[in-house]
Amino acid sequence: MNNSEPKIVAFCCNWCSYAGADLAGTSRMQYPANLRIIRVMCSGRVNPVFVLKALRVGADGVLVLGCHPGDCHYLTGNYRTRRRLSITMKFMEYMGIEPERIQVSWCSASEGSRFAEVVTEVTADLKRISPNRLFND
Amino acid sequence: MEDEKRIGVYICHCGLNIAGTVDVEELAQYAAALPNVVVSRDYRYLCSDPGQDLLKNDIKELGLNRVVVASCSPRMHEHTFRKACQAAGLNPYLYEHANIREHCSWVHADKEQATQKAKDLLRAAVQRVHYHEPLEVREVPVNPNTLVVGAGIAGIEAALKIANGGHKVYLVEKEASIGGHMIQLDTTFPTLDCSECIMTPKMSEVGHHPNIELLAYSEVEEVSGSVGNFKVKVRKKARYVDEDKCIGCGICEQKCPWKVPSEFEVGLGKRGAVYIPFAQAIPNIATIDKDHCVYIQSEGKKCGACIKFCDAGAIDFEQRDQIVELEAGAIILATGYDVFDPSQIPQYGYRKYDNVITALEFERMTCASGPTSGTIRLKDGKTPRSAAIIHCVGSRDKNYCEYCSRICCMYALKHAHHLKEKTNADVYGLYIDMRCTGDGYEEFYKRVSEEGVIFIKGKVANVTDRAITEEEKGKLVVIAEDTLLGKMMRIPVDMVILCPAMIPRSDATDVARKFSITQKATGFFLERHAKLEPQATAVDGIFIAGCCQFPKDIPDSVSHGRAAAAAALELIDKGSVTTEAAISCVDETLCHGCGICEEICEFQAPRVVLKDGKRVSTVNEALCKGCGVCAVACPSGAMSIKHFTRDEIATMIEALTAVENG
Repeated sequence: MNNSEPKIVAFCCNWCSYAGADLAGTSRMQYPANLRIIRVMCSGRVNPVFVLKALRVGADGVLVLGCHPGDCHYLTGNYRTRRRLSITMKFMEYMGIEPERIQVSWCSASEGSRFAEVVTEVTADLKRISPNRLFND
Repeated sequence: MEDEKRIGVYICHCGLNIAGTVDVEELAQYAAALPNVVVSRDYRYLCSDPGQDLLKNDIKELGLNRVVVASCSPRMHEHTFRKACQAAGLNPYLYEHANIREHCSWVHADKEQATQKAKDLLRAAVQRVHYHEPLEVREVPVNPNTLVVGAGIAGIEAALKIANGGHKVYLVEKEASIGGHMIQLDTTFPTLDCSECIMTPKMSEVGHHPNIELLAYSEVEEVSGSVGNFKVKVRKKARYVDEDKCIGCGICEQKCPWKVPSEFEVGLGKRGAVYIPFAQAIPNIATIDKDHCVYIQSEGKKCGACIKFCDAGAIDFEQRDQIVELEAGAIILATGYDVFDPSQIPQYGYRKYDNVITALEFERMTCASGPTSGTIRLKDGKTPRSAAIIHCVGSRDKNYCEYCSRICCMYALKHAHHLKEKTNADVYGLYIDMRCTGDGYEEFYKRVSEEGVIFIKGKVANVTDRAITEEEKGKLVVIAEDTLLGKMMRIPVDMVILCPAMIPRSDATDVARKFSITQKATGFFLERHAKLEPQATAVDGIFIAGCCQFPKDIPDSVSHGRAAAAAALELIDKGSVTTEAAISCVDETLCHGCGICEEICEFQAPRVVLKDGKRVSTVNEALCKGCGVCAVACPSGAMSIKHFTRDEIATMIEALTAVENG
């Protein structure tokens, strides 16, 4: 456990996970303040390069949240994300970067409590590993 | 070349909703020092008229060409501020929104942390707005037809309102007749109106309405397009009966030698393999149930009685499912609910004991047109001398459905009244809480109490036929704790009526996916806003009505159906919708015409074409929905998505991860 506060960038899709995050707010659910959300229309917009960029410029972890598989507003965008990021995660692991730094999860517009839980878990995961210095070279 | 960026930043206090946790003044000072910020203000309620005037005036007087508001969720007020920008002559896409309420002040109690987070979010928004380009929305005409899916009371009301307003409605119903659950009911609480008597005129009106095209025994297969212009494929299932020739005389059903339990009578009565579901069915056309028809099952070798006896020559075994293609500007889903199967709770003895029945079965039993002609009787034909009505079977139960099904208390009271009225039996109502919240409902509870029904506050543990006293012999014993007396009760009765939960349709997930709408954790369809837009979904142009959203009684379903109709009419009468401006675009100088975008797009928006001898992709703006999947897939970086460009996202990433220097 390290004492620093991890910086986490999240990508949330407009239709499910961003709305889920809104519901967590409306319901006043508390979660750690380490996360900063970037809204995209679909998780399928999240280029793995964005994820790598976030880690390169100083994020300790990146969370990508989409609609549950099968529920994508654009039918299959989240499947694309899942495939693209699972490859990215393997590649990261191969490079010796902790897999916890990239996390992909699903959250519907009605799952405010799930959103808060995921953020809490991801923050705890990232607190367990040391701050991201891998891209400092 | 555009002039220098002149950014105005506005921070909303939202009363104390934001200002209670985020130091808004510090935030405003912080924003004022960011590059190109010309003005930075905080205000109590930016969404108010004076709040909007602040930014409108600044756009005009200070020559702002970019605006950032930090307030609630953009899903709430982005539209408001975009409109304010537009009113002041600024392109609405030169606006950016930072969510410092739902994503910040409401979820973090620590002021310092919340203020720091708000600064980060605001900085990201200010950096991003530099990259915004003015975008133009296009107006496209709205198809004036509406598709209504589901013809229970909510769907029927919606269809009639729109049709009476002079617009065409396609009404799709998956069952052989319209009417839904309401036509199965005997009476309606609390007035005890005959349900059929108030429902059949509506059904008949639907059947004869010149503006309603009824597609019964049909299901939606596929939906494409978007608000104003949906394209829908409907499967019209084969009835094996010629709809134009059948006169609904019912001779075929009388002569059909194969009888199966009737769905309409909830298994209490039988119907033929060829059948008309009930006397007042609309359309009044026979349907052959191919799974039970011996002629079909034997491939024409056996039976054929219906062919012989149908004078109209309407039986047509050559009929096949048809795919009907429709176009509609708006869609209303009124797909209703299913009834929880109480045999999932084995201790209540449903399907184990003959005289444990569901409320819907009881409904058919008390109905004069039902299989017992309205006589309440036990399986052996005798009249019950005592009965227990068990509330909350599956509802308000952590193991099944946590929610309250809302209507069960009231119909349980109605059943108690009919039991008293018709049999003078001893009636026990076993409830957790009595919820009688509608107009005249509490009064009805009082009336039924005065009729001598005994109410016991307690959740039933068990229904058994194991007698331990002489009195219990041959009876069903309902075991429950009377929580008001603090004592276990054993109540011997002849009949037990279960009030099962109302649950989402078994195919709700398929339907939600077909229409790209969302379900709640319960499985019911999610509305756009629980308070203010209960009839809308996240998808523009698709509305919901009735119990597919959540359990409702008849007046609520009627109101909801009409609300959905009003929303559809609003769209039709407006006549046009604006299309999404934040869509894909191709940099033709970079495009190699590989066609990956074409393959990956679910909506067939990009197409590779030959332009001046070069293969390049072009985007059909009417089809693109702006998801951005193609922009990620494009190997040459030619495909981009407006308003969510890589520069815009990259600058936000940088802003959110930057080492804080102040």
